[in-house]
Amino acid sequence: MSPDSPPATIVAPELPTSVPPSLIALFMAFAKMSLAGFGGVLVWARRGIVEQHRWMTAEEFNETFALCHFLPGPNVVNLSVVFGSRFRGVAGGIAAFAGLLGPPIVIVTVLAALYSRFGQIDALRRILAGVSCAAVGLLIAVVFRMMMPLIRDRDFVGLLVMLAVFIAIGLLRLPLPAVLLVAIPLSIAMTFVTRRRVSA
Amino acid sequence: MSSENNPVLTLVWTFGLMSLFAVGGANAAIPEMYRVAVEVQHWMTDKQFADVFAISQLSPGPNVLIVTLIGYSVAGLGGALAATLAMCVPTAVLAYGVSRLLRRSAGWRWPAIVQAALVPLSIGLMGASGLILALSADRTWVAGLLTAATAALAFATRLNPLWLLLAGAFLGFAGVI
Repeated sequence: MSPDSPPATIVAPELPTSVPPSLIALFMAFAKMSLAGFGGVLVWARRGIVEQHRWMTAEEFNETFALCHFLPGPNVVNLSVVFGSRFRGVAGGIAAFAGLLGPPIVIVTVLAALYSRFGQIDALRRILAGVSCAAVGLLIAVVFRMMMPLIRDRDFVGLLVMLAVFIAIGLLRLPLPAVLLVAIPLSIAMTFVTRRRVSA
Repeated sequence: MSSENNPVLTLVWTFGLMSLFAVGGANAAIPEMYRVAVEVQHWMTDKQFADVFAISQLSPGPNVLIVTLIGYSVAGLGGALAATLAMCVPTAVLAYGVSRLLRRSAGWRWPAIVQAALVPLSIGLMGASGLILALSADRTWVAGLLTAATAALAFATRLNPLWLLLAGAFLGFAGVI
């Protein structure tokens, strides 16, 4: 995986294409990104949209992604709809959405059928047991990577919120909606107060 | 209530609601999926949930496809489709609406405060996902060791995650776990 280059140097020589992509191009582009994306599509979405097709500058992409990340729901799915509709209205949003989800749904459904039929076979059970251990490890690594900036910036409020949510959901097993209805306003209020104190 | 007898309706209702609370994406919603699928509805065992997570990570596409697998195990093909659309369509419509509103006021960004407040929240949720999945998947100390080693390798190196999954598959097949 190549490290992200500074966005300006990639995009500067050429402006994003002036011709908006067709519905078929949107569908195909998102299908490709999706099928390339093992363990997450975002990296491939950035590569496809910004570097390969030049449909957006890196800044536009980051802003669009930030919007989709802080709205609820699967981030890349949100991104496909927002992106597609920007070029081709509702139909464009649907084309990108269908491209992103259609082909992998077919694959995953075939895997689900195989699992329900052969899931009890001993060799397969052992393989899946090994894969799930590794897959959990990958998820934990992502969590630690995301945590590093909080530790580096000594963001104690952030770390406290993180820990509280972890305990409420992971250990106490409280329902998600209830936890969020308390945690979101509280976290925003605490962040607001601490930021103001710092700037004052 | 009719959703009591119709599993597809239960799926649509469950994941439609969950999608609106899935702050931080699909992996952050895993504890809620586990709570509903294993503890409340008894759709699958704890071990099957870990399997389904493994399969979703092995297949290409967005992480949200774990929902497709849960839907399939509840109600076959129709369940797979219903669960996936229920999890994706409501927030897609919301995202479309919000992005259109924002485009009228060009240059609008999320207030930095909201971003700063939501990031730790979604890290906490994903940490809870990690814990719940580890408790389901790691039944032996060797399994726990494999998870820890994978986490350390993925954290410290830029190794393609697929290799680590394949290594897990190999060790599992060899009967080490």
